[in-house]
Amino acid sequence: MESQKKRQAAYMKKNLLDQGYLDEQFAHLEELQDDANPNFVEEVVKSFYTDSARFIRNIEVALENGPYDFTKLDNMMYQFKGSSSSIGARRVKRQCSMFQECCYAKNIEGCRNTFQGVKQEYATLKTKLETYFQVSPSLNNSNKHLYATTLFVCLNIFSKKLFQAKLL
Amino acid sequence: MGMAQELHVLAVDDSLVDRKVIERLLKISCCKVTAVESGRRALQYLGLDGEKSSMGIDGLKVNLILTDYSMPGMTGYELLKKIKESSALSKIPVVIMSSEKILPRIDRCLEEGAEEFLLKPVKLSDVKRLRDFILRGEGDDDKLTDKKIKEACSRKRKFQDDSTTQVTAHDIESSPESSASSESQQQKQSKIG
Repeated sequence: MESQKKRQAAYMKKNLLDQGYLDEQFAHLEELQDDANPNFVEEVVKSFYTDSARFIRNIEVALENGPYDFTKLDNMMYQFKGSSSSIGARRVKRQCSMFQECCYAKNIEGCRNTFQGVKQEYATLKTKLETYFQVSPSLNNSNKHLYATTLFVCLNIFSKKLFQAKLL
Repeated sequence: MGMAQELHVLAVDDSLVDRKVIERLLKISCCKVTAVESGRRALQYLGLDGEKSSMGIDGLKVNLILTDYSMPGMTGYELLKKIKESSALSKIPVVIMSSEKILPRIDRCLEEGAEEFLLKPVKLSDVKRLRDFILRGEGDDDKLTDKKIKEACSRKRKFQDDSTTQVTAHDIESSPESSASSESQQQKQSKIG
């Protein structure tokens, strides 16, 4: 059961990397996890969702009515791109760059189109990551449970044997 | 000198995601971390903003300041300048981080006294290398100046020579570097080539 989940998580991650949704930065973040911090990546990704919601909202407002401040739009997208890069969200990052190119060209229609692309990629990634995290954190918890159970059983057997040998 | 020290690093970044990541990288590298979200907060913490410094309260000396370049309000460059202008804090090494590798920007920061310029996303190897560098420097103040100058020069050359790096085509800031950057990049490219 556990090895099946592990395989599932590994398969999901491989797909996300192969299809370019994520890049090696995501893998680097997972390497920073340990027993004391088993959900570090999930926590960082949750912060990414919080930040992203704000960036998206602000950009939407700025795209509504003219006159359009392309410097401001570019700066906002730069921040969103930075966060995306920090978690390894490769496709989102690429869409952000395309938006920035439209800002540079002062092309408002281009900005609107590429912004749709950003939102789409972001939504897709969010769904995929939510599924991924459903499979992976449970591994850590169930491994700990398995370890604790095994330890308990061994101690039990050991103490029984000591008792039998009249050492206890 | 030779003591196993734990460095205290002040990390400055307006991005919550980046603060979390840098904090984890520093903790894994056995550093104490104080993470703040702006240059202004950093100056407050260091006691340079007219307010009472929190350094006196917990007595934790800051061994390194790691700051993002692009932040609203006060940029990492402006923070760097303020720290280097202060007699109390100028000796604290400052490292700038940025997701953009813009050579004039890097030059400006190194010339203003930054120890290093790190490209985001920052790796664990970058942080460990930085920690080791600072630990060596902490016990050897007299030889620091010459060594720093030589290392800053070799770092500048390293950035210029690094052919695998992508430099962004534009930088829509109101700074002169945006128009000068493409020109100076071409000049630097021809120097290497």
